[in-house]
Amino acid sequence: MATTYTLISSVTVGSGGAANIDFTGIPSTYTDLLVKYSIRDSNNSISQNINLTFNNAGGTAYSERLLYGSGSAAQSFSSSSAANINFQYATGVAATASTFSNGEIYIPNYAGSTAKSVSVDSVVENNASGTAMGLNAGLSSNTAAITSVKLASPSGTFQQYSTAYLYGISNA
Amino acid sequence: MTNKIVVDCSTGEVQEIALTEAEIAEREVMAAEYAEQKAAEDAEKAEQAKAKKALLTKLGITAEEAQLLLL
Repeated sequence: MATTYTLISSVTVGSGGAANIDFTGIPSTYTDLLVKYSIRDSNNSISQNINLTFNNAGGTAYSERLLYGSGSAAQSFSSSSAANINFQYATGVAATASTFSNGEIYIPNYAGSTAKSVSVDSVVENNASGTAMGLNAGLSSNTAAITSVKLASPSGTFQQYSTAYLYGISNA
Repeated sequence: MTNKIVVDCSTGEVQEIALTEAEIAEREVMAAEYAEQKAAEDAEKAEQAKAKKALLTKLGITAEEAQLLLL
């Protein structure tokens, strides 16, 4: 059977925390990329956004649309001409102790020469009625092949034991 | 001091590096943008909750009774 999922790299945050997790030097040999993460953020909230950028490019290249549920309401949000894609969730420190969010960021055709689409499925774990889960569709208008992926906390740090795994997906 | 973790996928090397001044400045911008966005989201949620409550009052039913209408 063909090997379709290949673990490229993984990281576990140490005791000092980390503002960013940067995967660099990503080879162009796969069809798609997948990031699976489990993150707790130092921000004093139940849910905290994670900022996603490619190739260290900010500017106004990103747009996105989110469908969101909080446990009591469903909503949608959108942004355009943004410096990052920011609607993927981390669990904040106001949530139940020792809980972490989990999420998947899927980037098809990352090595191509057209704009890059992204889909994100993420949920905050919290042993209470208030939480957050979201499905996000994003787009980067940059056409260069993606060689680096950055996950950044906008105002806190990723806490110890947060993890991120980068997989290469092959279609054959 | 705030650090970042850099994983070089070509070598497997993982480094914990202090943020540069430019990156710290970028984080300050991100934090301000996030606070602004969060405030807008919270305001939208509050507005929706207020509108929902006003409608229920106008109809003279509870939220649970309104839910029954959707079944």
